[in-house]
Amino acid sequence: MDYKLLQGKLRNNILKMHYGANSGHIGCSLSCIDIMTAILKFKAEGDTFILSKGHAATALYTILHETGAIPVEDLSTFYKNATTLPAHPAPLKYAAIPFATGSLGHGLPLAAGIAKAAKLKKEDKLSFVLMSDGETNEGTSWEAGHFAVSNKLDNLIAFIDRNGLQGFGNTQDILGDTAAPKLWEAMGFEVVEADGHDIGKLLEAWQALATRKNGKPKMIVARTVKGKGIRYMEDRMEWHYLPMTEAQYAEAQLDLQVNYGI
Amino acid sequence: MRKHFSEYIEQNLADRDDFVFVTGDLGYAALENVARKMGDRFINAGVAEQNMIGVAAGMASQGFQVMCYSIAPFVVYRCLEQMRNDVCFHNLPVYIVGNGGGYGYGIMGSSHHAIEDIATLSGLPNIQCYVPAFVDDMRGCIGIMTERRRPAYLRLGLGKNAPEGMRQNEGGGVLVNETAPGLTIVSMGPVTNNMLAALNDHPHRTEIDVFICNAFPLIALSQEMLTSIIASKNVLVIEEHISVGGLGGAVSLLINELGLPLNKFISLHAEGYPNGLYGNQGYHQQLSGLDEGNILKVINSYF
Repeated sequence: MDYKLLQGKLRNNILKMHYGANSGHIGCSLSCIDIMTAILKFKAEGDTFILSKGHAATALYTILHETGAIPVEDLSTFYKNATTLPAHPAPLKYAAIPFATGSLGHGLPLAAGIAKAAKLKKEDKLSFVLMSDGETNEGTSWEAGHFAVSNKLDNLIAFIDRNGLQGFGNTQDILGDTAAPKLWEAMGFEVVEADGHDIGKLLEAWQALATRKNGKPKMIVARTVKGKGIRYMEDRMEWHYLPMTEAQYAEAQLDLQVNYGI
Repeated sequence: MRKHFSEYIEQNLADRDDFVFVTGDLGYAALENVARKMGDRFINAGVAEQNMIGVAAGMASQGFQVMCYSIAPFVVYRCLEQMRNDVCFHNLPVYIVGNGGGYGYGIMGSSHHAIEDIATLSGLPNIQCYVPAFVDDMRGCIGIMTERRRPAYLRLGLGKNAPEGMRQNEGGGVLVNETAPGLTIVSMGPVTNNMLAALNDHPHRTEIDVFICNAFPLIALSQEMLTSIIASKNVLVIEEHISVGGLGGAVSLLINELGLPLNKFISLHAEGYPNGLYGNQGYHQQLSGLDEGNILKVINSYF
């Protein structure tokens, strides 16, 4: 199935929210929107999803609007006073957002706890979590990884949005590649790599992993490009932070027409 | 209290299908029976306290009540952000249990003490901190915690029995006399025992009311305590906790907000490590003036 139009539409909605709010974190959302689409459009109702990299909130809000979990009138309040949609997800506002995030390193422990609960209750549910590659610097990611392995949480499916950039530099240059597949494999995860912008491949990858009830927690290391789809943002650290000018917004929309045909 | 705590869990909670017990790799010679009885609902999360709390929040979001056990400082300070963001923001039934509150671990040293725990936790949203002073009190606190099904912290300490004549009021134990009081003592936790020892055979015993608070943050003074303070105009607060963010500050604020006139207000509290030296719990209590002898001296200063 071709997801190009959907990818363009969701990106367009992300840009619209950021431009309207004059807010940053655009590159982060464009980096992982395809991963979130591959999960949230296709997971079963009882499965849970935690966006551990909470700074990609506009991607989460956009895809949850697409699935019907966030009404359109809420989207228009993004980043404004008295909103339920701040720059990082808020607690207890939407059933589809089980945990507020924004401080890194919280998602994997939470998702491991949810997966463990399903095991205790003998329920056949999947616990999804999306982390950034920079986030794997956090010690809690490693604590939770070992917990998931020792508790045989094969119903845990963790994604890493591996765009190679973090807060103030390249991941490789800071603490090294803490998102390296071989590290997580050595810990005991069943790891696959995938193109993080190919929704079909991502879907195929997690659906295949979900059937493998072998006691190993799953990880999909998704190769991504920060700012994907907008040429001047792609692979540029500053688009973690910057809002768009009017001219940049217009240019970005042109890019979406060219790249996604919308 | 640790042994009594373990027995209480084994006898009252271990059988409940919605109850999970997680330990941060501690509980030797205390939790073995609980582990045996609970089977796969007893989880050793390893030496990884932050993950323990995150995992607990995840499980609690799926309908479990989760109790997380460790030595008090490890489960309070190391995981503060997990308690705040994962547990308290989401109002989840995760109960952290810290053994050896105050200077309880004595000569083990400052890393093992928890004298700022209530200050650290009691300002978080939705949480209630419980500091039982006696074994019976501890059972009551756990009962309230599990009934309430919201974030909680339980500080365990020395496990003595409650004194004769003490009755429970909202927020803790009460020892009140028939006669008009000349002094109102407000205390927290097992250090209360030092104060009760000082009161033994005290010539003014019948003029001293005692209120033992066990739930924090303290947001109101009970009617009974208010009546006593209005009558005595003299208050002594005793706690094995620093003065910042503890019982003394809370009592003082509430008294001032009500505009109650006082003759004298003394706060006896943990002073940290004033001489930079270390010893057992009694040694640290003495350095902070929380020993029986000094408490007696301070009580006498009111008469």
